Amino acid sequence: MSAEAEPSVTVTDVELDAELTSTGLVASADEAEYALRIGDDSLILAQQLGWWISRAPELEEDLALGNIALDLLGHARNLLHFAGTALGKTEDELAYFRDEHEFRSAWLFEQPNGDFGHTIARGLLTSAYQFELYTQLAASSSPGLAGIAAKSVKEVAYHRDHAVQWILRLAGGTDESRSRIERALINTWPYLDELFRDDELHDRFEGAPRPSALREPVMSVLRQVLAEAELDEPKTTESSGDGRHGHHSTYLGPILAEMQVLARRHPGASW
Amino acid sequence: MTAVQSPASAWKIAAEIVDPEIPVLTIEDLGVLRDVRMQGETVVVTLTPTYSGCPAMDQMGDDVILALTAEGFADVRIDFSLTPTWTTEWMSDAGRQKLEQYGIAPPGPKPTSGPIPVQLGVKCPRCGSLRTRSVSQFGSTSCKAHYECLACLEPFDHFKFH
Repeated sequence: MSAEAEPSVTVTDVELDAELTSTGLVASADEAEYALRIGDDSLILAQQLGWWISRAPELEEDLALGNIALDLLGHARNLLHFAGTALGKTEDELAYFRDEHEFRSAWLFEQPNGDFGHTIARGLLTSAYQFELYTQLAASSSPGLAGIAAKSVKEVAYHRDHAVQWILRLAGGTDESRSRIERALINTWPYLDELFRDDELHDRFEGAPRPSALREPVMSVLRQVLAEAELDEPKTTESSGDGRHGHHSTYLGPILAEMQVLARRHPGASW
Repeated sequence: MTAVQSPASAWKIAAEIVDPEIPVLTIEDLGVLRDVRMQGETVVVTLTPTYSGCPAMDQMGDDVILALTAEGFADVRIDFSLTPTWTTEWMSDAGRQKLEQYGIAPPGPKPTSGPIPVQLGVKCPRCGSLRTRSVSQFGSTSCKAHYECLACLEPFDHFKFH
């Protein structure tokens, strides 16, 4: 209402050139599109997991979810930076100045945190997917993508371990914890299918794994975990989500609004 | 200021930069310092990140630039390289000993792989007992796990295998 509502932030000119020169690898258009899709997945999930810091059921989980978010943000930065070399944009421009329809993340990653069980169920599916994706992508003919994938897969292994341990604990815990993780898995399962759909990008760009090639290995790990936890595989109808082409659920808009507001209000701000 | 402008002297200066989060370890101990070479008048220092999101990386890069500039190297560039991928197996033996003395259990051998991994016991850096348990694989920084000693009852950090 008054001048005090304007926070004091130092605004400097946006320096685009500095960041663009930091690695020698320049992506092709197809590599950039591939990187943008999986980079947006990580960026959106990192943004969501940050909410848990100070709100998790115990201090150790504040740290765990915060650390996982930090790893994912690191993967997103590497991937968006690489994509940006083809698009002539910095990672910050891609993260903060694209609108909803320009994001390429899958619907699974924008599903709400829900209760702790929903965050863990989502974490199991995302980490099982990313583990297989990065394992295969590390052998890619694209040096840019392969390098990022080889780095990321070691960190995602810890994320998957974290989710698996919690699935086992919640499923084997009280009636309440078991019913909640069952419900969370049922609510999250429909968004798996979108991760395994090929499209024209994968017909053009053969240097990276086709999503359909990830289906069997990912599902096999998920079934192994469910069996260990004595949980049934949810029988759900697959979602028709199509985030890879910019068609998102109503959840993405508010996530982006919160993530982007400061950068858009004060372009180039530093502190 | 005059300095011998050689890659060897630049390496020696860069190798003394410490991790801002674990100040007993240098970037050489960590295996983060990968290469130092001259490109004309420019010293190019290649660092590799420990973890993708580690916020200490930028600080380490800035510290290398400041140290080399102070020693007379006018033009310094930091390259970050992801390949080959950093691993705790690059940590020097001296680094492992310093970590343990500092109260952080050093990284052990590679745990078994698979969706439900099994890991060997971690030795308590305070009392030396192997009766310890993992509290969380995630600790105060990306590279550390949170452990608890069942013998002396102290909590401690473990620099986890990576």
